[in-house]
Amino acid sequence: MALIELQDIAKSYGPRCVLTHVNLSLEEGEFVSIVGTSASGKTSLLKIACGLIGPSAGHVIFNGAPVRDFLGEASIVFQNYSLLPWLSALENVRLAVEASYPEWPKARQREQAEKYLQLVGLGAAAAKRPSQLSGGMRQRVAIARSFAVEPRVMFLDEPFGALDALTRSTLQQELIKLCQAAARPVTALMITNSVDEAILLSDRILALSRGPGATLSSAVPVPLPRPRAADLLLHDEQSVRVRARLSEFLSAGAAGHRSASPRDSMAVSRTVPVEA
Amino acid sequence: MKKIVINVLFSLVGAACLVGLWSLLSATVAPDLPSPSKTWEESKLYVLQPWDKRGEMDQGIGRMAAYSLVRVAKGFLLAILIGTPLGFLLGSSQMFFKIFDPTIQVLRPISPLAWLPLGLVLFRQSEPAALFTIALCSMWPTVINTAHGVRDIPQDYLNVAKVLRLGVWRRFTKVWLPATLPYMFTGYRLSLGLAWLVIVAAEMLTGTPGIGGFLWQEYNSLIYSHILLCILTIGLVGFALDRLMGLAEARLRAA
Repeated sequence: MALIELQDIAKSYGPRCVLTHVNLSLEEGEFVSIVGTSASGKTSLLKIACGLIGPSAGHVIFNGAPVRDFLGEASIVFQNYSLLPWLSALENVRLAVEASYPEWPKARQREQAEKYLQLVGLGAAAAKRPSQLSGGMRQRVAIARSFAVEPRVMFLDEPFGALDALTRSTLQQELIKLCQAAARPVTALMITNSVDEAILLSDRILALSRGPGATLSSAVPVPLPRPRAADLLLHDEQSVRVRARLSEFLSAGAAGHRSASPRDSMAVSRTVPVEA
Repeated sequence: MKKIVINVLFSLVGAACLVGLWSLLSATVAPDLPSPSKTWEESKLYVLQPWDKRGEMDQGIGRMAAYSLVRVAKGFLLAILIGTPLGFLLGSSQMFFKIFDPTIQVLRPISPLAWLPLGLVLFRQSEPAALFTIALCSMWPTVINTAHGVRDIPQDYLNVAKVLRLGVWRRFTKVWLPATLPYMFTGYRLSLGLAWLVIVAAEMLTGTPGIGGFLWQEYNSLIYSHILLCILTIGLVGFALDRLMGLAEARLRAA
């Protein structure tokens, strides 16, 4: 049985239809990515999948039960880090541990937080406020915060979208390490706009067509052995094939949308960003 | 440092202009207005021996101001003790806001001169009536700014609270309160300014010792120079209070 199942999800904001007929299921321990261009409704889809917002139609099933609120045993990494600026890096992580494991003694909660900060290489910066950290370091703290609660499901909303290319690839490798080191298999759903990032990290990839009324492609499996090296993936035959299939779907969606209203100047304004 | 000296010099020019205008007026069109030098002559006893107590309503200006400050502190404390939770309620619940905001908007513009008689009727004593008036007049900026701050908590932080599954208490102390604190302090600063504004009215009507009571008594005793002394003192103390709150606020924002 699938751990998470999205059944015929639709979402509209007022008259604007963002998602239609979205179906997706995640098996326990699977890493699934959804690629889509900006403003295609990716973030809405993720927020629906984790229960932060409700769908306009359809159901989200987690572990056999319908989802009404944010999933238990799940955590999420936001694109914009979303650290609390008045807490230090350590306190940010500790707050998550405290809330998830209130029965633990204080010392153990602190140890857990410190352990995960060290895992992302920020042991030395534990006392610093987010404003004193670089973008990459902030996202590291956010990742540590998510893993420190040892979640069963991990949602990643363009986790590296705001970072430069170098930092991005370092953090991707760290994410892989954390997933492998986790005490129990982590099921992950990642939203990204980078096909290469998706190939590097995922077991399966789906593409989200361009909105309005975006929907998912069929899943493209990534049958590549792990660990994967980003530079080898560029020329690997399998990955080239996966990339081609996804790119085809993404550009077909884009072209289809454009040809639907060739001289309609309103077409531009209709694709206003759904989530920044 | 040099910049500060220059800025102080500039502000002294402004003050000198005011004194000049004051001398001019008292020398020409307003013969009842004591000139600056006459004001100083008649007031220097109160200024140079600010803590002297010669009688109930005949005390040094420092002592008078201190009475008023204590009264303001009590009223202000009462105002923020009531105003802050009220602001949180208004900010956190749309329903609460809809129910109480119109009433608050009606109560807000009511002058202290209108509240004070009601306070006297209710409490039959001048001191609690004065505190009642100060609290009631000065709490609105705190209420409104706190409510605004709560409504303006970024959705990101609220999402974090939800995602981390924080309990009610942690949600309040780790997310709501720190996110609202700068707004609250802006409210406190405005409230303190209002409380100081109200004190004079409250003391004038109740005749209690303090800077406002002294002012009213000296008006009745026809010692007009002391009115000017009181006005200057009220202005300077109010300025100092605002600066202190401003410093506290700046420190908070930096933290």
